[in-house]
Amino acid sequence: MLDDFFVRALLAGIGVALTAGPLGCFVVWRRMAYFGDTMAHSALLGVALSLFFEINLLISVFGVAVLVSLLLLMLQRRQSLSADALLGILSHSALAIGLVLVAFMTWVRIDLIAFLFGDILAVTPADIALIWGGGALVVAALAFLWRPLIASTVSEDLAEAEGMRPAQARLFFMLLMALVIAIAMKIVGIMLITALLIIPAATARRFSASPEVMAVLAAVVGALAVVGGLFGSLHYDTPSGPSIVVAALLLFILSLLPAAGKNTADRAGNKGVRS
Amino acid sequence: MLMTNRAVEAPNQDSQLVSLANAGIRRDGRWLVRGVDFSIRRGEVVTLIGPNGAGKSTTAKMAIGVLRPDEGSVGRSVGLRVGYVPQKLAIDWTMPLSVRRLMRLTGSLSDADLMAALDATGIPHLIDSEVRHLSGGEFQRALLARAIARKPDLMVLDEPVQGVDFAGESALYDLIRSIRNSTGCGILMISHDLHMVMAGTDTVICLNGHVCCRGTPETVSQSPDYLKLFGNTRSLAVYSHHHDHTHLPDGRVMHGDGSITDHCHPDDGHHHGGHHDHDVLRHAQTADHRHDPHDHHGHDHHTSGGAREGGRAR
Repeated sequence: MLDDFFVRALLAGIGVALTAGPLGCFVVWRRMAYFGDTMAHSALLGVALSLFFEINLLISVFGVAVLVSLLLLMLQRRQSLSADALLGILSHSALAIGLVLVAFMTWVRIDLIAFLFGDILAVTPADIALIWGGGALVVAALAFLWRPLIASTVSEDLAEAEGMRPAQARLFFMLLMALVIAIAMKIVGIMLITALLIIPAATARRFSASPEVMAVLAAVVGALAVVGGLFGSLHYDTPSGPSIVVAALLLFILSLLPAAGKNTADRAGNKGVRS
Repeated sequence: MLMTNRAVEAPNQDSQLVSLANAGIRRDGRWLVRGVDFSIRRGEVVTLIGPNGAGKSTTAKMAIGVLRPDEGSVGRSVGLRVGYVPQKLAIDWTMPLSVRRLMRLTGSLSDADLMAALDATGIPHLIDSEVRHLSGGEFQRALLARAIARKPDLMVLDEPVQGVDFAGESALYDLIRSIRNSTGCGILMISHDLHMVMAGTDTVICLNGHVCCRGTPETVSQSPDYLKLFGNTRSLAVYSHHHDHTHLPDGRVMHGDGSITDHCHPDDGHHHGGHHDHDVLRHAQTADHRHDPHDHHGHDHHTSGGAREGGRAR
């Protein structure tokens, strides 16, 4: 069965979606979409360094993503610029430096498009093992850290006061995100990873009564998007990574239709901030 | 045995839940609060009062370890279980969170305990409501229920009744007091509404960037308005004090002797050792007041270093 490239693509895509869904919920709850984008963009720098020093691609991408997020935390602490502006600077410079470095290395030929937009049809059985193994690790870690992560998402002060160590939870969350970016890069590509994190979570929101339900639903929605996107890509001969994101978007739009959700009234405004 | 953030001799008393010694927090070259001395024992209610920006919340966060003191030390008893109601809580509306789920935010909880806490705060009917659909007062009740259900050693309540209607306010204060009486937990309360909070309070600490003064609340106001409002004068107390200095609008401080300084820290030389030129609060024993007189030193920063009994010389 694994001989068929399409089956391999499906397995790899679903594996990534099942991991990205729950993690993506935290990205949405914590308003870290741009942060995720920045980490993802830094992955190209990881690719370039991996080629230059001839080290493992996964380790290199993971390492660079972690470094960039640490750098961001450090810069944020100095409070010279808003987090938003800092993210913009880091995000695009990481991408640009990656592109420049790759261009410098005239002795290696790399398929830039594959890295930027994914090459899911080229996944090997080894890739699948990596995705499911890494994914299982991420999901297990999320389950283990669930309570402190949820508590510190609601309020870091509250979590800290009641012994939950939010700083530790934040650090682990960052590491998990770097790991997911490293393993998802091949599937949807650097430019589109954040979409796979955020769109399924946003789609799941309307049908969820608790954070736990939303995490599971986001995984399911993501998997549906992968299946739909891949079949669409096969049928219409479109690039697979972008097709998956388009499928996710269609599911999101469907979820917005009044008939789709039972609690239409819930859409009413942002009542989140209390004082 | 106390854990201290900084190495100082820790007051070694089992009943002491938390103790601050000359603690201060500095941000961007400015002291948010400085020279704070106090401790909370089991069963004791300490109320922090003071104007906006006086450092009340900062002091509370320092007491429970959310902020580390930049000066002085904070000690907490080992394994201290805290129930915290923060002043502000921003829950992103994208997170689906029911009251039931909120109750289990930082620890597991039996259904019976969960319901009991919601019953006590008067919102059992809201158990399956989404937190973002609650009104301000309902949300505060949910937060208070959550803190209570943890069965904490120390409850830290940062303006816990904000947004709660007037009748509900005194009911919640009664509840907080009855929890103290039944569980013997310590309570650190922050209030902007002096008269309501004061009932049942053992020690009041007036903050304004530093400890202005402290003491027990004076008993019972005779005012007919209060009688009308609460019906029971024994559960009500008023507190009055005089300042020996004035905080000017620009943040500087004018002292009794007419001089002006940037801060009113004990070491700035404008406070004269032992010179108490104003009312020192006396122990006004109320029905709830079950402790030996302590912490009743008005303006402890008036006395020089050795006599700072406030938090650590016990």
